[in-house]
Amino acid sequence: MGVNGQRTILLTGNKAAAWGARLADVDYVPAFPITPQTEIVETLAKWFASGAMQGKFTNMDSEHSMFAAAAAAAASGARVFTATSSQGLLYGLEVLYTVTGWRVPFVFANVSRALATPITLEPDHNDVLSARDCGLVQLHAETCQEIMDFILLGYRIAEDRRVCLPVLVNLDGFYLSFTREPVVIPGEAEIRRFLPAFKPVQPVFQASRPQARASAIFGGGNYTYFRLQQHMAALAAERVFAEAAGEFGERFGRHYRAVEPYRLDDAEYVFVMSNSFSTKGKAAVNRLRDMGTKAGLLKLSLFRPFPAKAVADALRGRPKVAVIDQNIAPGVGGIVFPEILAALYDREDRPRRMLSVIGGLGGRDIRDGDFMTIVERLDRPDFTGPLTLFGESDKEQFQALQRIAGRREEALVP
Amino acid sequence: MTAIPGRTFKKVKELSPAEWIAPGSPLCAGCGGLEGLRIAEKVLGENVIYVNAAGCLTLLSVFPFSPLRGSWLYTTMSAPAAASQGIRDALDVRMGKHGLPKSEDLQVVVVAGDGSTCDIGLSANSAAIHRGLDFIYFCYDNGGYGNTGFQWSPSSPYGSSTQTTPSVAAHPAGSEMKPKDLFEIWRAHDPVYLATVSPREPIDLSNKFAKAKALKGPRLFICMAACPTGWGFDPKDTNVVARLAVETGIFPLKEYAEGKVVHTKMPRKRLPVEKFLETQKRFRHLFAPERRDDIIAEIQKDVDSYWRLYE
Repeated sequence: MGVNGQRTILLTGNKAAAWGARLADVDYVPAFPITPQTEIVETLAKWFASGAMQGKFTNMDSEHSMFAAAAAAAASGARVFTATSSQGLLYGLEVLYTVTGWRVPFVFANVSRALATPITLEPDHNDVLSARDCGLVQLHAETCQEIMDFILLGYRIAEDRRVCLPVLVNLDGFYLSFTREPVVIPGEAEIRRFLPAFKPVQPVFQASRPQARASAIFGGGNYTYFRLQQHMAALAAERVFAEAAGEFGERFGRHYRAVEPYRLDDAEYVFVMSNSFSTKGKAAVNRLRDMGTKAGLLKLSLFRPFPAKAVADALRGRPKVAVIDQNIAPGVGGIVFPEILAALYDREDRPRRMLSVIGGLGGRDIRDGDFMTIVERLDRPDFTGPLTLFGESDKEQFQALQRIAGRREEALVP
Repeated sequence: MTAIPGRTFKKVKELSPAEWIAPGSPLCAGCGGLEGLRIAEKVLGENVIYVNAAGCLTLLSVFPFSPLRGSWLYTTMSAPAAASQGIRDALDVRMGKHGLPKSEDLQVVVVAGDGSTCDIGLSANSAAIHRGLDFIYFCYDNGGYGNTGFQWSPSSPYGSSTQTTPSVAAHPAGSEMKPKDLFEIWRAHDPVYLATVSPREPIDLSNKFAKAKALKGPRLFICMAACPTGWGFDPKDTNVVARLAVETGIFPLKEYAEGKVVHTKMPRKRLPVEKFLETQKRFRHLFAPERRDDIIAEIQKDVDSYWRLYE
């Protein structure tokens, strides 16, 4: 036990997420299992059962129902947490679009896992990016510590008068969900000072306050008004994040920004990344620097609202930038790349060379060699991209499977 | 366990004159679903939250209006029971953990149509009932997807014509499937209370809601919602059509509690089904251009075999 009850313990990413909810003194968890998220709700179920957490844990029948229960409980004045992953996030997406319009605060973890088809288990970001336009605030975590801290920050953002929106905290399946890292758990009293009990700023359902919520509306202009309200609330979340992260840094000594620059100041080659693979990117930056190549990295922590100005400021004057998308929009390419381009377009000092990289699909590792290839392609102006990280070894491995399947055709890859 | 009250009301004049749903909503004139809810609400009284699935009654609250004295939450087409779980749980936690006074508690009432209830919401409803959720489910059943212009739903009667089951030479009956038996599906969940109601039988309806009000747990209602727009009859005849549904035995009034199904209103002498069918445009193809005695007889046979078990 350290200062003010603070202690450091080894936690998987999933356990860190559960601890985030526990430290937030969450009242209610509606839950539905899905790999690789399940350890989160199992942990919370045990804590509610043992009395370590006060409130209610309810086993729901789908993610659709789970998000409906979560949002309705938030609209009824409870502090709510839940978790999902992959297909589950997609199954709940109709409700997520609906309840961001209810303007209710709650926080949930998404443990990234690549989408079917083919069905698989390891991560990429097609799941979480499918929820990019539904009005959620999204924080993407690189480490187990960030998962816990972002959940605490998430409640501050979600419950702020200027926001009143659900917050998604993303963590990569397997790479974080099942990886143990040392996590600093702050003392109870210090947490309560940072995150007091939930005091809803919107009216909540109770007998003395009858209200009609989420009523139908007709007329595009009237509809637009409500959509713009949501848009302004989502935009406001960037400032609220900055304020809350500032106070968090003062109290707990861990400082978070919407985007995190890593050895960027004199960098000639920049990798734009998010989530747990940023750690691999940072290690590659160090090795490239050891070899005399001035590399740097920009990590996106706040993905919604999209911190366009912070991105453009951070990339100002950097000559060559590769955006590594761990997702693929078939027929388009990477999903984040165009957002970065749009942020830079009207800046005089924008990077001269931009490259889209697609890699890390379905948990496929991104290795030092891949980062070397990215640097090499950044130096070749004739290479327009996107660069797809699917190399000879991947091809050989797949061809071995094809042989077992009895097929001899060459694998067709870009 | 709370005792189920017997008959609370014997005469119409004993029903509360208070109105909890103001007139002037954008619903169709003569809507049987709204009439059923209006009478039910006279029994439920104050401190109600309606949790709505996409359907006709979604139009009850169009911004900035609500005809309700209680609260309202529109959800999605399949999630009202799940949202009700969240509301119930949140109020319980606030009363238990945070000292919210009991006087702030709400009766949670799902308002959903037969399409939502029997199709897209069936799984979430089943789960909520299975969890023993303390709520009332009010299904207004007009035998079709009414709000979208009356398409076939699993509740559409055999022999009825809908926008997606028109009567044509190859399919003269129109809807060829027998309706999904929601009452039996729900009964298999052993809810604390389950009943069918008709707004044309306000005493029966009110007594059933009085029973439900006294209980805790899943309390489920299927309300016969005569539908002038979808069924094709003059709105002023809603009461006539609703009465004939009961008197022909097509819509049995019954309840399930403590393991027993009881018919609360036995038609003394059942009228032939065609007395009901001939009042509505959705059955016109059974009478013109030529009379389809085979289809009418099939409908009569189904009604007869149902009642043979109880008469």
